[in-house]
Amino acid sequence: MPKRLVSIWFKYLLTDREAIRLKSLRELPMAFTEPDHGRMLVTAINKAAEACGIKSGITAADARVIAPGIQLFETKPGRNIKLLKGLAEWCLRYTPLVMVDPPDGLLLDVTGCTHLKGGEAEFLKDMVGRLRGLGYTIRPGMADTIGCAWAVARCAESGLIVPQGGQRNALMPLPPASLRLSLELLVKLNQLGFYQVGGFIHMPKSVLKRRFGGNMVLRLYQALGQEAEFLLPLKEPVPYSDRIALLEPISTREIIETTVHALIDTLCKRLYGEGLGLRSAVLTYCRIDGKSGQLTIGTNHPSQRTDHIFKLFALQFDQVAPGLGIELFILDAPKTEPASDKQSLLWNGKPAADSEQVAELLDNVGARVGKDRIHRYLPQEHHWPERAAGNTTDLTQTPESDWPEDRIRPVQLLEPPESIEAMALTPDYAPRQFVYRHERHIIVNADGPERISHEWWIEDGGYRDYYVAEDEEGMRYWLFGTPNDLPGQTRRWFIHGYFP
Amino acid sequence: MTATKKEIITKLREDLLGWEGFRPIAPEERQAFALGPIESAFPNQMFPTGALHEFISTRPEFTAAIGGFIAGIMQTLLEKGGVCVWVSYTRRIYPPALKRFGVNPDRIIFVDVAREKDVLWVTEEALKCNGIAAVICETRLLSFMESRRLQLAIEQSQVTGFILRKDVKHLNTTACIARWTVRPLRSQLRPGMPGVGHPRWQVELLKVKNGNPGSWNVEWKDKQFMPVIETPQKEKTKRYA
Repeated sequence: MPKRLVSIWFKYLLTDREAIRLKSLRELPMAFTEPDHGRMLVTAINKAAEACGIKSGITAADARVIAPGIQLFETKPGRNIKLLKGLAEWCLRYTPLVMVDPPDGLLLDVTGCTHLKGGEAEFLKDMVGRLRGLGYTIRPGMADTIGCAWAVARCAESGLIVPQGGQRNALMPLPPASLRLSLELLVKLNQLGFYQVGGFIHMPKSVLKRRFGGNMVLRLYQALGQEAEFLLPLKEPVPYSDRIALLEPISTREIIETTVHALIDTLCKRLYGEGLGLRSAVLTYCRIDGKSGQLTIGTNHPSQRTDHIFKLFALQFDQVAPGLGIELFILDAPKTEPASDKQSLLWNGKPAADSEQVAELLDNVGARVGKDRIHRYLPQEHHWPERAAGNTTDLTQTPESDWPEDRIRPVQLLEPPESIEAMALTPDYAPRQFVYRHERHIIVNADGPERISHEWWIEDGGYRDYYVAEDEEGMRYWLFGTPNDLPGQTRRWFIHGYFP
Repeated sequence: MTATKKEIITKLREDLLGWEGFRPIAPEERQAFALGPIESAFPNQMFPTGALHEFISTRPEFTAAIGGFIAGIMQTLLEKGGVCVWVSYTRRIYPPALKRFGVNPDRIIFVDVAREKDVLWVTEEALKCNGIAAVICETRLLSFMESRRLQLAIEQSQVTGFILRKDVKHLNTTACIARWTVRPLRSQLRPGMPGVGHPRWQVELLKVKNGNPGSWNVEWKDKQFMPVIETPQKEKTKRYA
């Protein structure tokens, strides 16, 4: 299938954007300036400024002389790229393959997309009409190659849609500037009297290459479609994606829910047919005023259940701001995994941690309180109490070692340990009494010490002598003392936990 | 005549239990919680699963004791498989310690929410899911309405729920079927042995629906609850250290 490409040229990109923002500027001459070698240069102008005779590249002072009422704005380099990216995202409603073409254009691969709007002419008309409606001055071009579409959009007077295979005829009357050549080369061609591409298009390749260099030949043949040129899409197209374009914009929650449900259902049926389940999904909605928003969900297991995925999205529907109305929903599934058909009905007992029900519960909880709030612990081969349990988010992971049973650990652990005032009668013995939060505890029974050292290969530090202590009322505590055999250090006491 | 009257009353009592959400439990579903004398306090003489239990704690030491007691009950609940969900706002539970109470800590999913009001939301969601063996919820406040919601969720799914209420200032009415307090007691070893013995608690049932409240002393020994038989022990002549 031959490719069809559209190039869109935004002639007054920056100034149009400013005029959309401030309607009062629409009729006034306006220019954007950028600092360059200690002076301000005009880099972008609008139509009114052009009519006054201002060209981009002159200094701001000259512009003020030529058109005294001109509005000058300072801009930063790279602003046009940012604007183009936004516009490219807007264009995703027409085709998934959109590329930013700096400094002032977009490239769209519309192969197989035009029939959706009723033909190439209608497709272009629809797109141009909408962009002009937003307030941009644009010129489109459609052809089989990127180079030809680019040339037609910028230089042709008519015939913006080049028929299939008609690149040569379309390029003939255009000036050499339409071939995306460097300025020196254009000056050279001009001096030689080549005012149209038709003047040198018939020359043999070797001659052109000798006279004008390889780059010129490449550009010419790319435009003709004899050399390959590729489009680097702004967004990697997602293999599992679906969209619903609406005839009328919608804004009520009920209808949004129905639409999203239908969209998810279509995608899930497709995934089910291929034996896959989605692990993450992105729902993009486009509003009629050009703004868009995204909702993202993730699941703990490959899921193809419409109701479950819908519920996860429904928890976020409060964030959707429909404004004047939403006209397009796109659902992407960037991450899919093979889903096994579980025969869960045959299994009578309570399901394990990786079961579908539990995974769905955790999806719901994670969507509300945040995924990082869900913890599961696995034993780690560390004695240092803070490191003995490793956090994991994976539900299917099984412990590599058994949980140690030989050491008694407190059910409640204070993190970090809190300082206490303790009194021990003999060194290396548990304290006789201690004061914690203004309360005196007299210890009657104690076990210990259990000496736990810092793992030197992880962290430097001393050891702790742990004691299990029981006070007169039967409360059991986990206390530790810092080293007391180092010079210049006295033992300090901490409480680290409560035993049941 | 008196016998028939008695029969009628027993029958009515059984019916009432059914209407109040107590399922008659089939003998093969009976789980031995080995709670000993405590079980006799409950209707049908068994620990009610698929119900909401409320534990009152006023001090962190009591919270630790309750944690141990719940873990002991969870050991039996987890025998049939499944996972536990532990929801809390400020969690201090130390997972490796639960192994001593027969619970593999990797079978517990901890949800540590950032906002206190999310605790009950997560608890309700978890209680609705019948793939869960038990849900433990650490919270401070629980109104009657909130507890009723949780109880209704449980009646659908038959999940056992434990509400651990910390720092309770005043007790309010809730729809929980039992209200417990657990406080640690001085442990005892064989006379003459130094050190700290097995965990020993005074378990008190303040309220129980259709049952008899009471107070018991139990000890956790060899991975099961043992009733403590108080042996009069003479005061140690020599105190520790």
